[in-house]
Amino acid sequence: MQSEMNRLFSGTGLAPTRDFPPINIWLGENSVVVTAELPGVTRNDVTLNLQDDVLTLEGKREPGRQQESVNWQRRERSYGSFSRAVQLPFRIDPDKVQARFNNGILEIELERLEADRPKKIEIRAA
Amino acid sequence: MAQEVRTTDQRTTTTTGSAERPPNRPVFVPPSDIYETHDSIVVLAEMPGVASDGVDITLERRMLTIRGRSAGSEPGGYQRVYNEYVDGDFERVFTLSDNIDRDRIEATLQDGILQVTLPKAETAKPRRIELKTS
Repeated sequence: MQSEMNRLFSGTGLAPTRDFPPINIWLGENSVVVTAELPGVTRNDVTLNLQDDVLTLEGKREPGRQQESVNWQRRERSYGSFSRAVQLPFRIDPDKVQARFNNGILEIELERLEADRPKKIEIRAA
Repeated sequence: MAQEVRTTDQRTTTTTGSAERPPNRPVFVPPSDIYETHDSIVVLAEMPGVASDGVDITLERRMLTIRGRSAGSEPGGYQRVYNEYVDGDFERVFTLSDNIDRDRIEATLQDGILQVTLPKAETAKPRRIELKTS
């Protein structure tokens, strides 16, 4: 069981999904980072929502505007609306969320809610 | 006008590559749009994670090669716990027709999209031919 869990969470294999955008989740001590591959998407095209420990990414991929009628030779990129809900490992302080775009990769850093953090409990002497 | 040299499924890795690339670093075929206008041919390739200093574009004879090296999206001090994409490099080769003005090719990189604009040579532009009256 433990080794199975280790294998699942070792981060070596790719999770079998075709959802857009593809995401990675990174865990820190009291924070979590979600990165998403969103080439061609700008910050004005994305809406982020946080409900307790569920982060939702919504947006639209728009084809670039061509001034004149063009002759398409190859259309492999896809366009349209996307929406993804990401279950986070703990509850988040909504005031401590930072999101930025970097070369088509969206990075969202979320801090754990103070009240949700593990607390050390002292054992009183009898 | 712009034919692809190697045909590979998208998001699959190609085994060919230069020797200096570290092992285990995947090479992706970037999904691309290509369109032709009156004046030029425009290539748009998706290369998320690639910064402008990681782009390499070469034109050798009629072979246009676009390469992108991902800067890596790994946040410092974090451990990866869930994985749907991996950082890698991008590479694709197209064969162009002869009639490109090679000196005026332009490339830009914005939001992870590489755009290469290949202006047509003057001789290649469509020309209206008038009938002479005899």
